[in-house]
Amino acid sequence: MRAYTGRIREAAKRLLAENRVDVVIGFRKGTIPLMNEPYLIKSVDQVNQLYWDSNCGINLANYLPKRPDRVGIVAKGCDSRNIVVHILENQIKREQLYIIGVPCKGMLDRRRIMAERNGREPLFAEELEHKVRTVRYELDLTRDRNYFLQDNCRICTHRNPVIYDELVGDLVEEQQVDRYTDVRKIEAMSAEERWEHFEKLIEPCLRCYACRNACPLCYCPTCFVDEARPQWVGKSLDKTDTRTFHFLRAFHVAGRCTDCGACERACPVGIQVRQFTKKMEKDIKELYGYEAGVIADERPPLDTYRPGDPEPFFK
Amino acid sequence: MSEWEPKIVAFLCNWCSYGSADLAGVSRLQYPHNIRAIRVPCSGRVNPKFILAALRQGADGIWVSGCHPGDCHYIEGNLYARRKFTLLKNLLDYTGMEPERLHFSWISSAEATKFAETARGVVDAVKTLGPARHFIKREAEVA
Ligand code: SF4
Ligand code: SF4
Repeated sequence: MRAYTGRIREAAKRLLAENRVDVVIGFRKGTIPLMNEPYLIKSVDQVNQLYWDSNCGINLANYLPKRPDRVGIVAKGCDSRNIVVHILENQIKREQLYIIGVPCKGMLDRRRIMAERNGREPLFAEELEHKVRTVRYELDLTRDRNYFLQDNCRICTHRNPVIYDELVGDLVEEQQVDRYTDVRKIEAMSAEERWEHFEKLIEPCLRCYACRNACPLCYCPTCFVDEARPQWVGKSLDKTDTRTFHFLRAFHVAGRCTDCGACERACPVGIQVRQFTKKMEKDIKELYGYEAGVIADERPPLDTYRPGDPEPFFK
Repeated sequence: MSEWEPKIVAFLCNWCSYGSADLAGVSRLQYPHNIRAIRVPCSGRVNPKFILAALRQGADGIWVSGCHPGDCHYIEGNLYARRKFTLLKNLLDYTGMEPERLHFSWISSAEATKFAETARGVVDAVKTLGPARHFIKREAEVA
């Protein structure tokens, strides 16, 4: 995937030089290994800082809502789906965008690498063909890159961008996977077990809202968690407040979430918040046959209806 | 515990279900007093936040009722609501709340008997479950 860097720079240079866009949003190398940072450039002399490898898991669509200018944006499969969602929700116009599509083979989960290294951060990391190597003094570790993939990337079925103006490489093969094994596992538990399961899952939550901030869908001027009158969610760390937050967050992204994994990636305590959103995703697919951000001219599932929609429990 | 009576918050749409409650009253039909009716313009107006708020403030059960599909005063409000509540109920079940605490129905303003019957059904279902504790804060419980 590192070969993409050259193509991204080339595209950015051309776009800026020809004045096709005002800014280009991409990544640059972070200051520590395994962390790249979003980078917004406005002039041609900055293009050589643009960078791409398997640590670009942040969702760049997050930087688009309500931008007035013309934007070139680097987008992997999930980013492109969130761009489609933004267009549907009138957060940005297609004409404003020049999408530099990146066929993706999955992003690395820094936590998995850390765990494999007994919690010690590497001082150096490099990507080889199909492998990742991390080094710090005594421990020089090389492993298959698939071993370290983010959870959502393992089950991703849209690795290729769904919309783009140009591609930085050949399209990759899409995976044929069952996306919902974990959801079904939870569904099979008893109500009490399920309550306990989620109680444990969210117990370490700090309510820092990093998961919300990383999510491209969370662009409301005032988030429900910040509303005070009426106050829907208490500000405390009480379990019920945390539960309410996670519950409503999941509901709020229903039919919009692309399972990009940015939320999970951002969580400082490693909570698998996608366990909530994936249930919504599964239900929406089963009940309404809808997948978020894939088709550009279909209304989102909660913004439409069919006369014969299922109503299993309505009296 | 034998004294315990559930509190049910009922969101009733102005044009149909609230009318049926009214008619039930005028017709002297009996239904349990556990129902706390809240009149809303349309079942589509009921935000999932309202339902959580009710649970957080001590409701033992929630009942949302609107016009029959096709009869909505706003043409389609209840059809959006149907999707919203289906997903909401599924997510509540999934995260471990008893499904019998949440009820939805379509009742027109002429169906006073259906209103009274459904009300009895809802109260019975919630009564069997006992008080809802899931969304109640610990401190609040002591007080
Ligand atoms: S990022 Fe993690 S700790 Fe922070 S609010 Fe979200 S789930 Fe909780
Ligand atoms: S909820 Fe999480 S997985 Fe879904 S779009 Fe937002 S950041 Fe991505």
